[in-house]
Amino acid sequence: MLAEPFICFFLLRRVRRLLLNTNALDPWDQPIKILFYGIIALFAAEVIFHLDFITKWIWHALLLGIIYIAFIKKEFIVARPLMFAVLPFAILSFAADLFKVISLQQYKIVDNYLQIATIFSIVWMAAMIIVSNRQQKALQREHEKTKQEEEQKKWMEARKEELEKIVGERTAELRSQKEQVESTLAELKATQTQLIQSEKMASLGELTAGIAHEIQNPLNFVNNFSEVNAELIEEMKEEIDKGNFEEAKLIANDIKENQEKINHHGKRADAIVKGMLQHSRSSSGTKEPTDINALVDEYLRLAYHGLRAKDKSFNATMKTDFDNKIGTINIVPQDIGRVILNLFTNAFYAVTEKKKQTSNGYEPTVAVSTKSVKLPSGGLGVLISVKDNGNGISGKVLDKIFQPFFTTKPTGQGTGLGLSLSYDIIKAHNGELKVNTRENDGTEFTIHLPV
Amino acid sequence: MKILVVDDEKDMETLFQQRFRKEIREHQVEFAFAFSGEDALRYLEQLNHEAVLILSDINMPGMSGLELLRHIKEKYENPPPVVMMITAYGDTENYNQAMKLGADEFLTKPVDFNLLKEKLKLKN
Repeated sequence: MLAEPFICFFLLRRVRRLLLNTNALDPWDQPIKILFYGIIALFAAEVIFHLDFITKWIWHALLLGIIYIAFIKKEFIVARPLMFAVLPFAILSFAADLFKVISLQQYKIVDNYLQIATIFSIVWMAAMIIVSNRQQKALQREHEKTKQEEEQKKWMEARKEELEKIVGERTAELRSQKEQVESTLAELKATQTQLIQSEKMASLGELTAGIAHEIQNPLNFVNNFSEVNAELIEEMKEEIDKGNFEEAKLIANDIKENQEKINHHGKRADAIVKGMLQHSRSSSGTKEPTDINALVDEYLRLAYHGLRAKDKSFNATMKTDFDNKIGTINIVPQDIGRVILNLFTNAFYAVTEKKKQTSNGYEPTVAVSTKSVKLPSGGLGVLISVKDNGNGISGKVLDKIFQPFFTTKPTGQGTGLGLSLSYDIIKAHNGELKVNTRENDGTEFTIHLPV
Repeated sequence: MKILVVDDEKDMETLFQQRFRKEIREHQVEFAFAFSGEDALRYLEQLNHEAVLILSDINMPGMSGLELLRHIKEKYENPPPVVMMITAYGDTENYNQAMKLGADEFLTKPVDFNLLKEKLKLKN
């Protein structure tokens, strides 16, 4: 049969293709190639030397061998439909040749049938190959589609990875920026602490100078008057010995006066030290419900009588306007008392100064009022106002009045800590201390305290 | 000897009068008091620099002791009165400035009256 070499060749090619598509070619590539060359060589030998009486058996063996291998090797499963297509033809062709050899007589009997069968087998082969081809093509399309999808998936994964990388980079960038901002903030906070510290140190410098002056002056009197008193006592003794009791009495009076001065200046030094300690220390006082009207009234009297005791000529009109609806509020009474006392002292000082400068028609007046109010934050609050009709505060010094150690009073009369301390106390109560002043007209300090 | 004491601390008057009561009694010294630099200048003008010795505080409201010192040394030349500075601020800056302006002595508070008397040559 002349067709067999071609069928062999065709079959091998198809098998190779199929194996290639299913990625199973690798171990079979070499043998298949050798078979190709073998087929070509055998075919050439057959045609040139007319050896078909030998080669036809080789073709049969080859064809059936390929089919056999296809059926026993797992990786050839894709080629099996093809084998089914070829198998009837291969068997018939082999059978025909076999008959010819065994008995020509019998072959002639079956020849017709064989020829018909062969035709059928060829038709079968063609049909099967077409079907198989179609299937193969569909499979290949499917395969390509999957491959494409896989590629797309791979591409998408690559994009995803890329995007994730970018996102990661951005995140890292943001994080580093955040860290930078945080470290800057920390630095700023440290600088602020340092500034506050150096501010404290600066005020400590002022404090030392203040201590020098404020302590040395009273100390001068304490030391010297006590020494004088020691001498006076000696003199008094001498006078008594001489019998000059009148003289002795006069000396005793001097001693008493000096003693009062020692006491006064000792207390002055004490007050200075205490004031400074209070200023540097944060209050340890606890809040308690306090009748703010009673507290204000008490400190108003304290301030007034304190000044009257010092300066007999001092006098001022006091006006009070208390809101009885307030009731009690939660404050540290000593601290708020100190603030109010300070405001009163300042107010009385201001009106006294103005009275010294003005001759007639000026009536020194200090007015105090309390009021229950609504705070801007919405909650309830208390407003305390201390108002004087003194000279007011000049614009030059207005922004300095809450600074520690700033004072307009002459030496010995003010430490410059009063308003600064008051400001801190009100702030610690979450309140506000404000000033409203008009030069030559007077000053009003207002305290807002939340209830 | 007439001494003008300038200090814004009012108790200085009593203190000096008591510290120098013997010397005052024996008419060795006579004191006048001024409570500010301005007061001191007014006094000197009125009495035609009757005082031969001026003891001045430095830190006073208004005119400071150093300003007063400068005024005195500029105005009263022939012969200039002796000016001693008495201050609670004993730092070198104050000292140097006082000396530059022609202060004759520089004493610190609390005042050592024995030392002061020595300086005034009242002590024998």
